[in-house]
Amino acid sequence: MKRATVSLISAAVSGILFGAGLSVARMTDPQKIWNFLDVAAIPSGGWDPSLAFVMIGGIAVAFFGLRLDRWFRLGRPLAGPAFIKTSRTKVDLPLVAGAAVFGIGWGLSGFCPGPAIADLGLVPQDVYLFVIAMVAGSWVAGQILEWTERPRESTTTSAATSSAR
Amino acid sequence: MHTFAPLSATLGGLIIGLATTILWVVNGRTAGISNIAGGAFPIRRGDELWRFFFLLGLPIGAWLGFVAAPGLLPEVPATLPTITLSPVWLIGTGVLVGVGTRVGRGCTSGHGICGLSRLSVRSFVAVGTFMVTAAITVFIVRHVVS
Repeated sequence: MKRATVSLISAAVSGILFGAGLSVARMTDPQKIWNFLDVAAIPSGGWDPSLAFVMIGGIAVAFFGLRLDRWFRLGRPLAGPAFIKTSRTKVDLPLVAGAAVFGIGWGLSGFCPGPAIADLGLVPQDVYLFVIAMVAGSWVAGQILEWTERPRESTTTSAATSSAR
Repeated sequence: MHTFAPLSATLGGLIIGLATTILWVVNGRTAGISNIAGGAFPIRRGDELWRFFFLLGLPIGAWLGFVAAPGLLPEVPATLPTITLSPVWLIGTGVLVGVGTRVGRGCTSGHGICGLSRLSVRSFVAVGTFMVTAAITVFIVRHVVS
């Protein structure tokens, strides 16, 4: 089988497993997310720590899984051109500000991107607006980021100075 | 309402870890869903088709899990998730999640599962930040406003 075909099958299998994992853990239900985030319920015993168990379970496997390339000295993935991961290491303002805004949206809706898209298979009529708005928001933010991160030489001197903090 | 389900939560997490491992070892890609979805549009030629296959798998897998899990694990309810948000609320919060994950370069999967597994400092900061703002938000909505 061609590598390109294998990579698409693998992506689909990974997506199916990811969606199944979310569904088995009931992370597809915003109520579960709210019951986790509602830390004020800890003293009364009404807190639901399920989400933490999902993350621990995921990390327990991924901690090893994401190191297999190094352990087995794989030059490239089994069916992909290269191992691609971010080269960013600095904690910067966009990271913190973006995460803060995401957290507010997550708290208000009970949805992060994975469960929202997974719910298209369960309750599409209830989540499609969220998914469309999410993708649109991401696209617009991506365009703005691309524009702000563009090299400055094309802009006028005064604009470059004033916008360069 | 107390609905702690440690068994299904851990099992679900392990399956997610397996999904993450497959995408990394076979495709060389990180299973960060906001990144996969955000990079899917506009549609580019080349090897970007994998994004759609992964994203299409999510609802299919969710449905399979919904059908199979309650029979295997009694603690998993056989009911569909109930979503009671208004259209305006869905759109507004969708925009916040889309913008926030793009600017912060990751969500619960990319930073939460993959980044923490890689012991990335950026991801620890991101997860700490969105957990705190989300918890504050839920506190205000549940205990201050209502």
